[in-house]
Parts: sequence; C-alpha cells; structure tokens
Amino acid sequence: MIRLAETAGKLPGVVVSREYKYACSDPGQDMIVQDVRKYGLNRVVVASCSPHLHELTFRKTVATAGQNPYLFHMVNIREHVSWVTEDPEAATAKAEALVKAAVLRAAFLRELEPRRFPVNPNVLVVGGGIAGIHTALTLANANKQVYLVEREPTIGGHMAQFDKTFPTLDCAACILTPKMTAVKQHPNIHLMTYCEVGEVSGFVGSFKVKVKKYPRYIDEDKCTGCGECIEACIFKEGKTPSEFDVGLSKRKPVYLSFPQAVPPIPVIDPEACIEFKSHKCPKSCVEACGDRAAIDFTQTTREVELEVGAVVVATGFKPFDARRLPQYGYGKHPNVYTSLEVERLVNASGPTLGQVVMRDGRKPESIGVLHCIGSRDENTNRYCSRVCCMYSLKLAHLLKEKTGAHIYNFYIDMRTPGKGFEEFYKRLLEEGISCIRGKVAEVSTWPQSPAEEGKLVLRVEDTLLGAVRRIPVDMVVLSVGLEPQADSGQTGRLFNLGCSSDGWFLERHPKLAPVDTFTDGVFLAGCCQGPKDIPDTVAQGGVAAAQSLALIDKGCVEIEPVTAFIDQEICSGCQICIAMCPYTAIQFDSEKSVAALNEALCKGCGTCVAACPSGAAQQNLFLDEQLFAEVQGVLV
Amino acid sequence: MSEAFNPRIVGFFCNWCTYLAADLAGTSRMKYAPNVRVVRTMCSGRVDPQLVVWAFRNGADGVLIGGCHPGDCHYQEGNYKTLRRMGLLRTMLAQLGIEPDRLRLEWISASEGERLRDVMNEFSAQIRQLGPLETKSSVISSQSSVAQAAP
Amino acid sequence: MAKPKVAFYWCSSCGGCEEAVVDLAEGILQVVEAVDIVFWPVALDFKRRDVEAMPDGAIDVCFINGAIRMSEQEAMANLLRRKSKLVIAYGSCAWMGGIPGLANLTSKKAIFDYVYHQAPTISNGSAVEPLPRTDVPEGELELPEFYEKVKTLDQSIEVDYYLPGCPPTPKITLEAVEAILKGALPEKGSVLAGDRALCHECKANASKPEKLLIKEFKRIQEVIPDLSKCLLAQGLLCLGPVTRGGCEARCLKAGMPCTGCFGPLEKVHDYGAKALSALASIVDSRDEAELARIFDAIPDPAGTFYRYSLPASLLGGRRQVTSDK
Repeated sequence: MIRLAETAGKLPGVVVSREYKYACSDPGQDMIVQDVRKYGLNRVVVASCSPHLHELTFRKTVATAGQNPYLFHMVNIREHVSWVTEDPEAATAKAEALVKAAVLRAAFLRELEPRRFPVNPNVLVVGGGIAGIHTALTLANANKQVYLVEREPTIGGHMAQFDKTFPTLDCAACILTPKMTAVKQHPNIHLMTYCEVGEVSGFVGSFKVKVKKYPRYIDEDKCTGCGECIEACIFKEGKTPSEFDVGLSKRKPVYLSFPQAVPPIPVIDPEACIEFKSHKCPKSCVEACGDRAAIDFTQTTREVELEVGAVVVATGFKPFDARRLPQYGYGKHPNVYTSLEVERLVNASGPTLGQVVMRDGRKPESIGVLHCIGSRDENTNRYCSRVCCMYSLKLAHLLKEKTGAHIYNFYIDMRTPGKGFEEFYKRLLEEGISCIRGKVAEVSTWPQSPAEEGKLVLRVEDTLLGAVRRIPVDMVVLSVGLEPQADSGQTGRLFNLGCSSDGWFLERHPKLAPVDTFTDGVFLAGCCQGPKDIPDTVAQGGVAAAQSLALIDKGCVEIEPVTAFIDQEICSGCQICIAMCPYTAIQFDSEKSVAALNEALCKGCGTCVAACPSGAAQQNLFLDEQLFAEVQGVLV
Repeated sequence: MSEAFNPRIVGFFCNWCTYLAADLAGTSRMKYAPNVRVVRTMCSGRVDPQLVVWAFRNGADGVLIGGCHPGDCHYQEGNYKTLRRMGLLRTMLAQLGIEPDRLRLEWISASEGERLRDVMNEFSAQIRQLGPLETKSSVISSQSSVAQAAP
Repeated sequence: MAKPKVAFYWCSSCGGCEEAVVDLAEGILQVVEAVDIVFWPVALDFKRRDVEAMPDGAIDVCFINGAIRMSEQEAMANLLRRKSKLVIAYGSCAWMGGIPGLANLTSKKAIFDYVYHQAPTISNGSAVEPLPRTDVPEGELELPEFYEKVKTLDQSIEVDYYLPGCPPTPKITLEAVEAILKGALPEKGSVLAGDRALCHECKANASKPEKLLIKEFKRIQEVIPDLSKCLLAQGLLCLGPVTRGGCEARCLKAGMPCTGCFGPLEKVHDYGAKALSALASIVDSRDEAELARIFDAIPDPAGTFYRYSLPASLLGGRRQVTSDK
C-alpha cells in the first residue's frame, strides 16, 4: 500500500497521495476533506473497495470539501485485486495500473449535478404471503397507499397452510388470519388477488407497473362472499385436487381456497367447470347468486396500470419437489408424504379434520421424518433451507401428539439456532422422539424380515452408532427444502434483480443492505431472498417497509447523472441511436433533423454512445475521453 | 524464455453483472490470474468497438468483455447490441492480424463468482498461449484527427 | 499584390485527384486567374530541381494528393513542406491513406511475391525484384524504396489542412481555394468539408423508419433501390451515417450507397471501428448464428469499413506476424 501511494504520487497531476487504512471511516474522510481544502484539489481518486460499496460515501466527502462530487473516481483494489491475487508483487502491479488509469481518467471528469426526481408515495408489494402482508400493513399504517398483488385467489401464502408454528406451537391460522382480515379492511391497501405483475418500467420514485388481472368469473364488487354458489354447484363433490390442501382433498370447479380466504370471493376454474366445456350447464350457481348477479362467465384477463414510487418483492418460495429424489418413493409409496402435506394432515380444518389417517386408511404406529430432502445435497440444492430441522421437530411433536406413534427424526446436523429453538429440541427428546443422525439412503417396501412386512423400510447409516440400520415404519415424512419460485428468473427480469447462484434474489449487501437490491427503489422481503422462518420474514418485511418509507418520505430521489446526451451541433440525425434505446428516450427532431434525448427517460446504459457514428452521443461519467484514458492507463 | 510472458488484458465489465461477479469473487476470496484489468461500464452495450481497437493499439494482448446473460440485461437488451458488434469486430480483427480469440465476450451474472474466476484464469492462459500481440510495431503515429484518440 | 503561388503534387494515387482539379471546369479559370501555379508535374513541365531552387516557404499553398508508399514520395513531400507555407492533404489518400492504404492489409513481401512472381501476366525468369540500389557495370542504380507500410501524408510531414474525398468534389475544392484567398481558414488541422455526417444533407434521411433496423445486408447489384428512401433502411450498406458530409450526397443521388470517402467526423477516433459499430448495431437479431449469417453479406469488413482510412486507423493495418516478415 505504501508503494502504491508512492507510485501514485508520481503520476501526472497528482498533488498529494496518501496511504490510509480505512479511508471510508470518519478520520479517513476527514483527511480527504482537509487535503482538498489545503491543496485546492479539483480531482480525487480513492483506491479502496468496490464502488458499489462506497462510491456514494466518497462523493459526499468530496462535496463536503466544497468540490463537485463528480470530480471523484474510485478504484477497486480490494475485491478486484488484493482479495483475489495470490502473488503480492503481481497484486501491487495490478493496483498500480488501475490507479494510474483512474488518475488519467480523472483528468477528464466534468462537474455534474445529480438528477432529482419526485417520488410517488404509493408502494407496490408483490406477493401476499406473510412477508407481503406484514410489509403492506406496516406501510398502510404509516398512511401510504399500498397495492398488494397476489397471484393466487387468496393472500396468506404458505403460512396459511401450516398447522402450528415452531417453537411456540402457536396456531398459524390464529396468528395469520387476523392480519389477512386487517389487509382486507385497511383503507390504504388495494388488494389485488389473482393478479400478476406483467410489466415494469420507469425507475426509483416513479415506476409504472402493468398488472394482469386474471378472470375469476365472479365479480369482486358484486360478490358478498356468501358461498352459496359453491353449495349450489352441480358437482356435489369436488373432483379437482385442492391446491390449498396440496392435493389431499378435492374441490369443486367453483371454490374458495380455504374458509378464511381473503378476499372471501370464490373462483371458477374454467378447466373444471362444465359451463366452460360444454356451455350446457344448468348454471345452478348463477341461480343461487340470484340478484347479486356476481357470476360472469365472460370475464377475460384485464390489465391494470399502477404508478408507484417503490416496490417490495415478496414472492416467496416453492417447496422442493420430492419426486426429484426417487429413492424416497414419493408418489410411488402412498404413505410417503411431504412435510407440507403433513401440515394439512395434522390441521384441525384440514382434509381429515386433524385425524392423521394415511392414504391407505390406517393410522400410523411408527413414523420416520427425513430431514434435508432437497437441502444440503450436492445433487439438488447445496444450501441449508434453515427451517426444516425446526419444522420437522414440530411435525414430530404434532404427529406424536395425534397418533402416539413412535417417531424417528433422521438428520444430518440438528440445526436449532433461534430463540427457544434448542429448548424445543430438548423438549422433543424428552417426549421420546428418536433422533438418528444419518441421512436416509432409501425408502423401500422389500421386507427382509417379518417385522418389515407391509412397512416402509428406511435404510440409513446411523453415524453415531457407526452402523447401517434398517428401520421399518408405517409413514414417511419428507422434510422438503425451500426453493426459489419456478418463475423467479422472470420476476427477476421484471424488476432487474440479480439472483444468487441458487436462484434467490440478491440483496445489495449481505450484511448492511439486506433488503435493498441493485435496482434502486426495489426491496426484498421474505423467502424470495433466501430461506427463512416466519419471525425473520416478518422482520425483513418490516425493514422493507421502513426502507420504502425512507425513500417516500424524503420526497425526492437523487440519481447519479450517468445519462447520455447528444451534441446537436455534431449530430447528423442519422437515427441509429433511436433504435438502440430500450426506453424510447431518443426521438428524432425532424425540424432540426437531429436526435433529441429526453434525460428523464434515459437510464444511462450508453449503448447509443457506442453506436453513434458521429461521436455526438456521449454518456456522463463514461465519456469517450474518460474511457480512452482509462484504457490507456491500465495498459502502462 | 527467461522472463515469462505476462499478458496484459483489458476487461470491460458491466456494472450490474460481471463487475458484481468480480466483487463477489473478491468477497469470496477466490484467487485468480492478475492479468485482467477491469474498466467498468454501466452496460456492456457501452463498449464501443473503438475502445477495443484502442486497447489493442495500446498494448493489450487480449480484451475481455463481460455482460449480463442474454435476457438478464439491466438495460433490457444492451448485451444483445454487444453481441451484434463484437461478432463482426472479431471477423475484422482477424483481417487485421489479430486472432479473434483475443477478443472474448462472456456473460457472467452477479452470482457467478466462480465462473468469473474460471474465465479470468482460462482467458489469461489462452492469451499466454497466443503470445504477445505487439501491435505497436505496426502502428505509425499520426498527426491527423483520424487516428488521434482523445487523450 | 503578387498572386499566391500554388503547387500541386501527387504521391501514391490513382490520378483521380488531378482529374478533380480539371473537373473544376470553368472554375479552374478563376483559380488560374487568381493564383500562380508554380509546380504541377501532371500538367506543367516543372522539375524537382526547380522546386529545390526555390527559397524555403516560397510556395504559398501546396496541394498534395496520394498516400506515401515509397521513399521518393516522402522525399518530395518533405521538400514541398519545406518550400510551402501551407500544405493541404488533398483527397482521401493523402488524408487517411485511401485505397492504396488497403495494401496495409498485407505485407511488402506478399505484394512483391504476387506482383513480381505469381501474377499470371508475369514472366520473371531470374526472379528479379526491385531493389533500392543495384550495382551495374556503369555504376550504381537507384530506385525509390518500397515501404513496408503505406503512410498517410501527415505520418510523413506536418499537414495544415485536409480536403477529403475520392476525389474531393469541385464544391469543397473551390470553397477551400476561396477560403485560402480570403485568408478565412479555420483552425489548423481542420478538415475542410462538412462538420456533420452525410445523413444530415441526404434527401432520403427524412424517409427513415421510426426504428432503423435491418434484417439483411443487400449488395447494390441485387436490388433496384428506391432513391427517395434511405438506402441503409433498404438494407444497402451505406456509410452515410459515419461519413463526413459536404459532398452533397452525390453518390446517393446516383443510387450508390456511401462508401465513406469523406472520412470520419471530428469526434470519431477510428473510422472503421465506429462504422462497424454503427452498422452492426442496427442488425435486428439476438441470435448469434443468425447474426453470423447476416454478417456473411459483408465478406470483407476491413476493406469495407477501412476502405479509405486503414493507414490512419488506430491499428494502421494488418499486424506484422512472423509469417508475414
């Protein structure tokens, strides 16, 4: 570092060059302010960490010193050099080249003003699970207008499907449904269920969002939620697997996801409804609806346009598909269940009204709960899904309570880091749950002894015992992990979000900006950012709400002036740039026969600059001469 | 060779994907070859072929352009414009005696720190194999505005 | 006041620039009336020794066309520079290397191999090649040296102004002469033509579609273009957007797409790379294979985009690789 400061000091135009350990700290920034004032510096280069971390910090420092903040350039010698280079000599040489490039580039920096835009005070929350619900309520309580968009017919998400919550064993519905009702009743929340975001344009402070509203075939304004249409449906029994009960029960073509659904407005499934298929249904539902006349078979997908200043993405997760691991026999052996199915099975309002009856009608006397299905597995997902150990213990407890069966939990490591979690684990052990450390290799139905007849046999290496065991059980519960939504890539593209290699949306900084994204004005809440339990999800939803509020209440946003501009004295009006711009920021001025750029629409990609055959289009902070100088600099 | 050839490579990385991948490789303390020197642009679509040619003229042995994956561009489709330009540029560079392999276009997303490391290593090795470019010998400096680059 | 003394000289060129002077038609009479032509090898019988005899700076304006291919041209350029107050690079070859500059895509050795050994019309039994010096019984013979690379005029001598074109049009030539006579020349180093790209003066510019995108490049012999519409929009590779205007779009009026002889604009650093960028940018495809197929219609990008400017380009020409040397 000392050598770097010395060589930098000899570069053309450099008045003062210093080495300092934490330039971003108060004394570090102070040093810069002092130097700018003392030497009358008009360019500042800081070689430290990534500009994504502290570019803004130093711009402010330079402004504090009384200089234009854009007369600053940052060199990334930490993430891009010292942390990735083995040979210290090579690292120093690389850093020297980058610093030289920055100094040469800095000479061409120009004074700029940040762009200020007003912020629309409305917020869009995408996803109506507990994360979205909590975020929406927090914002609405702060008197902001919130659009809560949920693609299912009801809000509630996965939490609504759970029976109890760990470690307190609160009933999930008891704590969730009041919040769902609050959403429905809140005057500041515009609830849009059975809707999906189709298109997003604009930028922080003024997003334009197109929402697709799928046809429910029941008019939300006219429906009173009486449910008489469901009663009256010519299907006396449901024939379609219920989405809410994960296929464990059947629903009718006209249905309410679950009794506490919000809004309490049924949906007609055109795939199942006779009227859609044959147009010959007597339409007893319409008759039942009577004067309310809420049923409308002619509805089509509509598009609604919203304008918001901030977006909170809370699109959640999907459970791992246990069919992908055929060795566990899910879908083949009827008595192999996923954890989500068991949540419904043990639930008092579930398909069996809380009676744990297996698919073959028996009550289990022994149950194996298999952890880490689709988690911590090189063949599926490498990450830990964080919640499975605890919910597996919870399910073990509930199953034992309901059936008295002997329960085995098979785990790789028992992960119980959380308030009251370890205590809960202890309690389970005291309840007599067997916990076996080992990953089950296979669930089979080939008996090797009379005791295994008619049983599901779990083959597992008990790593504490150091032996391979065969454990016959009646019922198997696969504790499936959490995965990003199947269409998370598409959602990511909508909002310009990055994904981690596992597919979870990327936060701006894993520690210091956990709900921010690389798109200003778009925040994350809940499991779409990574697996987490309900308290963490709620906390994150609160943070996302707070971040949105911080943005809105400031009233305006400052955006880095990275926009392009067109020198109309040079422009020939060839119009090549116009086809380049994805934001229609460039228009042809036919009177002057030149191109005209609308700065408010420009997002600063610079592709028009690369295309402009006259050099008339340029980009602030990325001017031709700045980049040419930088390239020259890195090569010396 | 008494002194091993140490290629000089200019990397043009887009702010949102490849640059962040390099940040991630850094925070993950992955080690890779120090040959690529990164110039940040907001989008790979800003990388004017003039900049590539300028890099070669100034002694670069290779140029690596990193953008977002197709469909994932932060600016919707800047990377497609890069794709259009760089393919044709490679053909033209070949005519100018510059092996097309010296110009590489890679889509590396913000999460692909490992891929970034691998590309850095592979490309450095590939350029090392191709040897020094030494365009300087064939360039005649000029006083006219045509070849005069900004600085 | 004495008439300004004017010289014309040609280096490596086709002679078209000389024709262009003659093309001034009646205009030449005005010129001849206004100036005193002291040196013009193609038309008047002056010799090198006549120039050498002049005092330094005796010529007011010297127009030199053609690129620098051989030592003799460079020597003459140096001589004329010394004798002239103003040197004007006349035409694209002098300014940027021009068509002769395309020889920089190959090497001296390859040129000699072909021209003196392989060309079907050559019969060179003793495999003779021109040498700068040859000893014969009568003494030593001298020939100009054939350079490894073609140079622009300003890569050899200092140039004051540039007149672009292949050849420069009568209009810009006369305007330049007028400016010189009036002493109304712009900043030294300027290119004396339009300061915007050709599209700005092209009648068809207004006809461009809202988004100028093309799916294929057509060659001029394959289509009968609609001259009221933009040729580029019709898929013809027109370099009008990249090329300096001032030529009155003469080629375009005749249905010929612009090939770029007026060279780049002030803010462009490398004509070929910029032309390539602009043209490739508007190809409407996202598929690598399809793009490759579309670009197959440009079989010689270097020759297309650096047609007039290879020696002046950032890379100057083809890199000297060991096999060339």
